[in-house]
Order: sequence, then C-alpha cells, then structure tokens
Amino acid sequence: MTSTQPHVETVSHAAATPDAPQPYAELGLADDEYERIRDILGRRPTEAELAMYSVMWSEHCSYKSSKVHWRHWKENTTEEMRAKMLAGIGENAGVVDIGDGWAVTFKIESHNHPSYVEPYQGAATGVGGIVRDIIAMGARPLAIMDSLRFGAAEATDTKRVLPGVVAGISGYGNCLGLPNIGGEVVFDPSYQGNPLVNAMCIGAMRAQDLHLAHASGTGNKVVLFGARTGLDGIGGVSVLASETFSGDESGAGRKKLPSVQVGDPFTEKLLIECCRELFREELVVGIQDLGGAGLSCATSELASAGDGGMRVALDRVPLRAEGMTPAEVLSSESQERMCAVVRPEDMDAFLRVCAKWDVQATEIGEVTDGERLEITWHGETVVDVPPGSLAHEGPEYHRPIARPATQDALRADTPDALPRPSGPAELRDTVLRMIASPNLCSRSWVTDQYDRYVRGGTVLAQPADAGMIRIDEETGRGVAAATDCNGRYVKLDPYAGTQLALAEAYRNVATGGAMPLAVTNCLNFGSATDPGVMWQFEQAVRGLAEGCRELGIPVTGGNVSFYNQTGDTAILPTPVVGVIGVIDDVRRRIPTGIGAEPGETLLLLGETADEFGGSDWADVIHGHLGGLPPAVDLRREKLLAEILVAGSRDGMISAAHDVSGGGLAQTLVETVLIGQTGARVLLDEDQDPFVQLFSESAGRVLVAVPRTEELRFTELCSARGLPWRKAGVSDPESGRLEIQDIASFTLDELRQAWEGTLPALFG
Amino acid sequence: MRIGAVTFPGTLDDVDTVRAIRHAGAEAVELWHGDADLRGVDAVILPGGFSYGDYLRAGAIARFAPVMERVIEAARGGMPVLGICNGFQVLCEAGLLPGALVRNHKLHFVCRDQWLRVERATTAWTGRYEPGAEILVPVKNGEGAYMAAERELDELEGEGRVVFRYLEENPNGSRRDIAGICDDTGRIVGLMPHPEHAVDALTGPSDDGLGIFLSAMDSFVKGAA
Repeated sequence: MTSTQPHVETVSHAAATPDAPQPYAELGLADDEYERIRDILGRRPTEAELAMYSVMWSEHCSYKSSKVHWRHWKENTTEEMRAKMLAGIGENAGVVDIGDGWAVTFKIESHNHPSYVEPYQGAATGVGGIVRDIIAMGARPLAIMDSLRFGAAEATDTKRVLPGVVAGISGYGNCLGLPNIGGEVVFDPSYQGNPLVNAMCIGAMRAQDLHLAHASGTGNKVVLFGARTGLDGIGGVSVLASETFSGDESGAGRKKLPSVQVGDPFTEKLLIECCRELFREELVVGIQDLGGAGLSCATSELASAGDGGMRVALDRVPLRAEGMTPAEVLSSESQERMCAVVRPEDMDAFLRVCAKWDVQATEIGEVTDGERLEITWHGETVVDVPPGSLAHEGPEYHRPIARPATQDALRADTPDALPRPSGPAELRDTVLRMIASPNLCSRSWVTDQYDRYVRGGTVLAQPADAGMIRIDEETGRGVAAATDCNGRYVKLDPYAGTQLALAEAYRNVATGGAMPLAVTNCLNFGSATDPGVMWQFEQAVRGLAEGCRELGIPVTGGNVSFYNQTGDTAILPTPVVGVIGVIDDVRRRIPTGIGAEPGETLLLLGETADEFGGSDWADVIHGHLGGLPPAVDLRREKLLAEILVAGSRDGMISAAHDVSGGGLAQTLVETVLIGQTGARVLLDEDQDPFVQLFSESAGRVLVAVPRTEELRFTELCSARGLPWRKAGVSDPESGRLEIQDIASFTLDELRQAWEGTLPALFG
Repeated sequence: MRIGAVTFPGTLDDVDTVRAIRHAGAEAVELWHGDADLRGVDAVILPGGFSYGDYLRAGAIARFAPVMERVIEAARGGMPVLGICNGFQVLCEAGLLPGALVRNHKLHFVCRDQWLRVERATTAWTGRYEPGAEILVPVKNGEGAYMAAERELDELEGEGRVVFRYLEENPNGSRRDIAGICDDTGRIVGLMPHPEHAVDALTGPSDDGLGIFLSAMDSFVKGAA
C-alpha cells in the first residue's frame, strides 16, 4: 500500500499557498462559486475540499437551478395537507401517516444519464439508490416501480438501451427481493439520446420508528457500513487526479474506471436486512445512505442536520482500490454503503448485527461539540469546513425564463383538420393499429422480467392502473401507487400538462380502490440554461403545486433532472408524477379486468369531448403534435376518486380501468384481454363514434358493476353529480369484443395485435 | 407438524414460504444458514431467492452452508425436503437431485403465471393433488431450464420421477417441459415454480399451491400413524 500512497494536500498547505491554481472550472464550478468557497473558508480549498464542494454544489446535489421554484410547494401546502406528512421535502424521502400506526415512505429519483452511457448498470444502480433512501428513513422497502422513456421503438439505439435498462432493473430488483408493481414505458424520438430512467421505491414502518438523518450527541460514533469504497462512479473528480498525477502510475493512468457505478444487489439485500435489525434493536441515532456525492454528501448532511460537528478519519474507510486520494474517497459513488451515528455503548451490538449479515462496518469518526466537519488523512487535516456550507448553502440561481416563441405556433397547429376514420371498417382498422402501436401495446415483454410476487403482498401489479401492496397482514391495510406523465401534453401546455399527469396518477390510484394521499415527482427537463426550458419547468412546478392544493394532497418530495438534451433539442418536458394512496382493506381492491362476476354492466364515468391535441391517435396515425391537451378538471377528478373508493368499500364495483392514452377503445381492449372475458359495447348514438372511441378527455374511468349493484351505484353517481353512461355488458360466452354497429373482434385477434409488438421489436 | 424454512444470505421467498406453511396449518420454523441445527423440524423447505447473489452459479455456494450438512443428512435419513426455485438449484448442487438448472433459453428473467400438470401425486409433497391435476402457479427465474443427460431424463421419466411439467408455453427451455422432479423415495422434491406465491387468490393467481404444504402435513400424519 505504501508504495502507492498518493500525495495529499493538507489544510495548512492550502493556507500557505493561496495562489496555487486549482482546476475548479474543470470540476464544473463557476468563477463566482469558487470565490464563494474561498470566502467561506477564508483561504483556498484543499483538493479534497474542492472535490466536496464541486459535487455538493452540482446541479444534481444542490438543485441550484430549481431551488428558487420550490416556494410553490410551500405556498400551496395548507396546514391540513401538512398534517398528513411525518417528513417532507428535504429528508431522504417523504413520509405520510396511513393510519393504524403505520407510516409509508416513498420517493422517485432519476438515473437518466448513467442509463444512457451504460444501460444495465445505470438502471440497476438507480434502483439500488432509491431503495437505500427508503432504508435510511427507518422503513422496510416493500416495492419498486419504474417510469421509463426511450427513443423511437424502432430506432437502432433503442435496441441497445431498452433491453439493457430492463435487464438492469430486473437483475438488481429481483435479486433484492422487492416486487416491481408498475410504472411506465413510453417511446418518443425526443428521448433518443436522453432516455429517462426514474425509479420509485415505497417502504413502510411503524410511525414511531421514523429515522431522520442527523448526527447528534457529542462522542457518538460515525460508522460506515456496507460495500468497500472504490474508484467507480467518480466522474468529474477524476480531473483532480489527472491534474495532480498525470503520468504517475497512481494517477490518471490507472483511473480509467467507469464513471457509471457498478451495482451488487446481493450486498444491498444484506444491507436491507442488516438495517432492519439495527433499527429493531434501536442501535442507530442517525443514518444516511451514500448515493450521489458519496461520503461528501453523507458526512456533510449528517453533520449539518445534527447539533454538533463531526471528525472523520478518512484513512479508515475500507477501500477496494490502491492509492486512492482523499478527494477520491470523498467523492466515490461506490454503491451499497450506508453511514450511521451510533452511541459508543451500542457499538459492540452494532458490529455484531453487521457481522451476522456479513456486512463490513468500520468506525470512521465521531460527533464533536464543535461546528466544523473535520476530515483527517493519516493524522493530517485535509478538510475543515462548516458542513452546512456544503449541504445547504450551495449557490442558488434565478435562471432566465422565457416562453418559447414557437409555443403559439405549436398551439395553433390543432389536430382538428387531420383526416378522421369514417365508417365501421376504418374505425375497426384504427382500433387494431392503435393497440399495436409501441406506446399502447402490452408491456408484458418488459414487466414479465420483473418479479412482482416476492414477499407475498402484491395485490395489484402491471398491467393494472396502479400497483397495490398489503402493508398489514392482520387488518389488510394497504397502499397503492402510480406514476404518470404524458410529455406530449406537457409540451403543448406545461401547466395543464403537469396537472394532467397529476390527475392521471391520482385517478389510477383511485381506480384500484385506494384514496390518494400524497405526491412525489421526478422533473425531467432539458437544459437549465435554456430560458424556454426554464419556462416549461416553472409552469410545471406551479401547475403541480396548485393542482395538489386543489386535490388536498401534499407534495412530500421530489427530484429534478436537467440537461436531458442533445445539442439544442430538449426532451419532451417530462414531470413524472407519483401518487400514493391508502386502502383500508386490500381485499376490497378493484381489479382491472372484467369477468369476476357472472353478469356485469359496463359504465363509463365522466364525459367525453372532442379532444385530440397531444393524443395517441394524432401521433400514431398522423405523426402530429399540436393544439391543446385535454381540459383538466381536478374537482371532477376528486369526485370521481371519492366515488370509486366508496364503490370499492361497499363492494359495488367488480372491475375498473382508467381511460387515458388511446381513449375508450384502448380501455375496452385491455379490460376484456386482462379479464379474458368478452363484452358487448353500446356507443352513444348522439356522439361521433370516432370521438367516443379515441378522444383522450380526462376524468373518465370505465367500471364494471355486478348487475345487482347497477342501480345502487348509478344512483350514487347521479346523487353526487358525476356524469355516467351505460356502455355495455360483459359477455363471457362470446370470446369477443363487440362494439355494436361498428366492429366485432375476437379476443385472440386483439391479443395478437396488443401483445405482438414488443416481442417483435426486442426478441 | 414443524416445517423448517431455511434463510441463506440472499434468500428472498422465505417470508412467503413461512406464510404458506402457516396458512396450511403447520408450525413454521425459521432456520438460519449459519446454524448446523434443524431445530427438531419434521420437514425442510429451501425457499427461492438468490442465495449468495447466485454468484459463481445458482445454489453453488449455499450448498456448503453449515445448515446444509444437516439438511443433507436428514434428507438421506428420509426427512421430506422441498426445494423451490433457488432451493431446487441448491438440491441439485448438493447432489440430492440429479441434473442442473441453466440459463433460460431466451436469456432473460421470466415472471408469469404458469399452468403445470402434477405428473406424480404420490410424493411427500404432492399427495393432495389428483394425478394429472392442472394447477396455476407463478414461475419466476433467470436460470430455470432443467437440464440432464438424455439417459438421465429417460430414467427420471421411466421411474415416474417427473413431478411437475409445464403446460402450454415452456417458460425457460427446460428439457421435456420438466418443472419439478423427485428423488427415488419421493420424499425429496425440487421445482422451479413457486407454490408459496399461490396460496391465496388475493396475492397470487390462484390458491393451487397450497396443496404442496397440505400434502406435507398429510404425509407427516401418515408417517406418524
């Protein structure tokens, strides 16, 4: 080891050499940011400090371009909404009270850029990272979901990225033993060089077991546990190495390791079980996962959230590469690591639990009564900073905002003039073309690679509108979750489009029979330096915040991913909205397919208007994007949700499926195929059948009610003022979907069209 | 009756297995890989998962765990042993069952509801089923294709040791659609599909898997009588 011991810059050396040039620009820090660091420290930073500031002040960690917009969350969270939250924005993950002493924690996070560079590991470590966030709240992770966006389905590079991403999620998530219960797969050419991989994790705990990340209690020990620290995932900080050591064998030459981290799900599974036992035995004072920015982030966040300082002996960190510099150890993003604060008298017990689970644990420091984060390397001080300056006092930018000049033309280019199918034969043909299109076809090629059964709590999973898991085996209390976003709607109107994403996720949760409770989000946008992108962003945040206020459910956290663009072309703005809801008893959940009851009536709840802006029909048949997205009515969505939940509670609904992309035709096809039961459908004679079948008006759900409940349910709807229309009946004997006077399909024919597309594209 | 469920590092379906054992009315006993002790159980189940991350080869490391010494000993002495998925792989690696499980023919993980036929209803784990019964149980694996030499396959078929067979589409390329087999006593059974995920129609595709756990209790009662 000593032969490759790197040169190390100490604080006193930095103080003595104020004018030494530093590669801050290469590390992504602006001139004024670098000056601010010098102001904070009263000297120039050491290499290790510079590495810490550069990662902690990066867009990814500091949210420097988005932070100023967060006031919208605050301004739109009422006391009543706040009351449901046990932890909110700023913690590792949001936590809400779901009743009976249970709390649920959930969060969604992007791993977009790594997944383009290295699809398998990028996606795998995306899952790993979000799961550790949930562990760090004191919860047992219970399920994951993935919201994915890829370039055109037929594009060559999609054949590289999609199978890799899916295999990564499958390889990591399955080995971790967490059911994957839903998510999205969407194709659009704008994601060609910028696929989106947003992973969501849901966990549960007894409300009193909530653990927050803070280091308090002078003399308490800081323990790093889990995997060793290596050179993977170092990214920008390798600049320091190449600056300092070029040509040296311990320098840049040997550091050609992937900047995308490599995941080890087996270690993470042990880490989950180990943490569960540590929490159960009450051996943890504070805990933080190591994700982006590694130890830099974990130590500064733990220290700044506590009531003292922290001293860390960095040379104690177990390494898996030789000759790593302090800067590299601090910025390594090696996976499957956690950092805990432990009372000295609990250390033996803590280490025993770790040993039981074969998890390596090392005491690396302690909480001090000072106010500094002091890091030493073989006895010499290499970092001496106020921890808050890293964690919370990063730069904050008011990026220029401007509505793009092209927006008016885009909205004026309505789909109204596009040729529409006329007559039964053309409508029939359109149904078959639509259901086989990449964005509407069956996702089972993807989702069949995910374990949805493990742990035995999955009550609803793909292709259901929402995933649902049982939390309490005694009472049957459970949680449902859905993620949604139609980037085409958001492009046409970022404010309304984001509210439509919220409305759809909210509706999907309610369609399973759960009452929506809280919101998280993952805001994927183009470059923050593009005023047009920042306009989309600002509109989206405001739309979501105001929408949540109208629905009365809080935003508990979120994640921002900027710079998803190639050259000047940004992705479709994609603010993915995740909603979770609670159901008192999962035995009351509403399945997606019909056929559970011998005689069912189909009812279409909500109203259908002629709305095709941003629709799948305009896209699939005409390659068109323009006009306005469907109107959003959140009050109506709330009423719809209340009626669905009441209907599930009273056993009045035997199946339900939301109407969204592809319109009623899509919903009908999925309803009969998932239920493996035919149906006869009656359209409204007073409205154009094309509009009825393909319009994407929001606020609609197709429900099946047992014939015996039909009157009671429709009276409930009428009394509450929710428009409904009888849309048909189930027809178990026929093996067909018959749309009266329009078309008749065998289930086999529909299944072939719906299920054939992805296997044909991806093998 | 006490049925043990072994947890190796990386075992995932132990919770489900314990739940299924209880659901059937037996006492579930949690067994730890590091303890060479079966805690007085009457039968043992090796649940699914990725023991030791399936690094090296599925089941190859778990087979050397201290608890396995006792399991192998007990199995040779006639104790009913069931291996599910990764547990089946461990039984093959331990030499308690012939053949091996290799990578699925389509090279990716497959999770789906699968129809199976119970080919033999006279093992310690299948007595509750009618011979030829068709059951719907989830299958989920990445290395689930059953392989053995032709001669060995002929032998298994000839001796009636194919216990379960895939119906309709073979999910992983198993030879002769084999989903599960037994040893020559019918007490040691291994299968890739997951009966523990099919004990309640709320959380599984059916409750067809419950028969496996009830069968074990029947054979225990019969053995005691």
